[in-house]
Amino acid sequence: MMPLLKIELFKIFKRPRTYIAFSVIALIIILIQIALKFGGEEYKELMLSGTGNSFEEIPTKIILNGYLICFIILNVLLIHVPILVALIAGDAVAGEANMGTLRLIASKPVSRIQLLFVKFTASVVYTLILLIWVAVLALFGSMALFGVDWLTVTRELQLNVMESDDVLWRYALAFCFAAIGLICVAALAFMLSVFSDNSIGPIVITVCVIIVFTILTQLQIPFYDETIKPYLFTTHMLGWKGFFYVKGVDGVTEKGSIANLSSIIKSAAVLIGYTAGFLGIAFWYFKRKNILS
Amino acid sequence: MKKLFLIIISWLFTPQIFAQTPEELINTIKGKLEKVNDYTAKGKLKTNVVFIKAPIASVKVYYKKPDKMKIVNEKGISFIPKGSVNINLAKFLSAAGNYEIVDAGKEASTGLRILKLLPSDENSDIVLSTLYIDEKAELIKKAKNTTRDNGTYELEMSYGKYASFGLPDKVIFSFNTKEYKLPKGVTFDYDDGGEKKQSENMKNKKGKVEITYAEYIINKGLDDAIFR
Repeated sequence: MMPLLKIELFKIFKRPRTYIAFSVIALIIILIQIALKFGGEEYKELMLSGTGNSFEEIPTKIILNGYLICFIILNVLLIHVPILVALIAGDAVAGEANMGTLRLIASKPVSRIQLLFVKFTASVVYTLILLIWVAVLALFGSMALFGVDWLTVTRELQLNVMESDDVLWRYALAFCFAAIGLICVAALAFMLSVFSDNSIGPIVITVCVIIVFTILTQLQIPFYDETIKPYLFTTHMLGWKGFFYVKGVDGVTEKGSIANLSSIIKSAAVLIGYTAGFLGIAFWYFKRKNILS
Repeated sequence: MKKLFLIIISWLFTPQIFAQTPEELINTIKGKLEKVNDYTAKGKLKTNVVFIKAPIASVKVYYKKPDKMKIVNEKGISFIPKGSVNINLAKFLSAAGNYEIVDAGKEASTGLRILKLLPSDENSDIVLSTLYIDEKAELIKKAKNTTRDNGTYELEMSYGKYASFGLPDKVIFSFNTKEYKLPKGVTFDYDDGGEKKQSENMKNKKGKVEITYAEYIINKGLDDAIFR
């Protein structure tokens, strides 16, 4: 299995387009960091506009610290990273079919299940490396550029503030959760890839699904809130933010607390369920697939 | 018997004999506060507002006569209600000459003397000030201010070893909070089952900010640059 995995990883990382994702992520993160370094004042005002200007001004450099910058970046990026994940996972099987090498690989003395498992594992490894890249640039890069201080997270109806020594573990868990979400997207693209003989189709369909689901997740229409939203995987992919929602007593943050851990666990379970479902369909179909190319 | 009668009579009438007029009482307290030219105080600031969850912040408070005051975060982020920074009893009472002072008797539950200060300047931001004074200690324990634009706010003070300077060990500032709401499109909230709508207890509630002072450094001189 290991040599097969090495081959698959070699194939992924040999292609120049793999590095487009890394370059795009680096570019987005650097652009956000530059924008907030020089135009952070406006962002801070927007962020605190909910308080109705009833509090004394908090210095921008204190509130816009590395931890908050990372939170802002993840807010923007974790909607778009799935698209980059789809580029690789959607190509995993369909790309081989497109090139006419799938039949050749399938004729080797490994089972189809093993072959598919290795291909999906390679996509997961790529996803995790991409996420580590995000963490290095967004978290550690911002910490180095902006320093660290208390983290202020603005919610629709609340402001949550955390001490600086109460933040890193939250990011560690948030990245682990984001990994579960991205693996779910990889599984979707991978499943579609099994059905297709051309990698464009699975990639485009995955991207469309993410866009439509994300719009539905963000729409504030009560009808969708009760009927569709709870079942969309994009709704649960936002679960990483739950690690930054805190409990409080008399307005004082409880250090080390998470407002609703059970909700995050439920979201993780839903994502894992979707992943298992997508993979189950992929494996079931691929076992019976008549490979002609 | 005659001696005892005299003692009882003098005990009964002493407060009335020595009770200060409102102006005298204000002047006594003013005199106490005027001993302080400047101070630096370290403290802990706790914000208790319905829509904020924040840790207790370490702050440094700077004051310089007659009206300079600044609160600086030593560590962390604190939400200080607008206007509260400038609330200083010394500054407040220094303008006492421009007030009409009305004696409103004593608070039944605490025995604190109630003085109402009505500004003579009709453009003054403060419309009415009610001071609750501990006559014996010559300290303001509570102040309620009604402002033209920012509603009513209250100050409650507890005193300790800096009482001789009229400086409190603890100040509780109560104020009216506004409604807090940000568009979901800005926050991209995760629905963790928390409050989805602005509940009634989140609207127009009183917020509190408590500052507990650990130590004061009094009359050691302060540079004006600190207040810029």
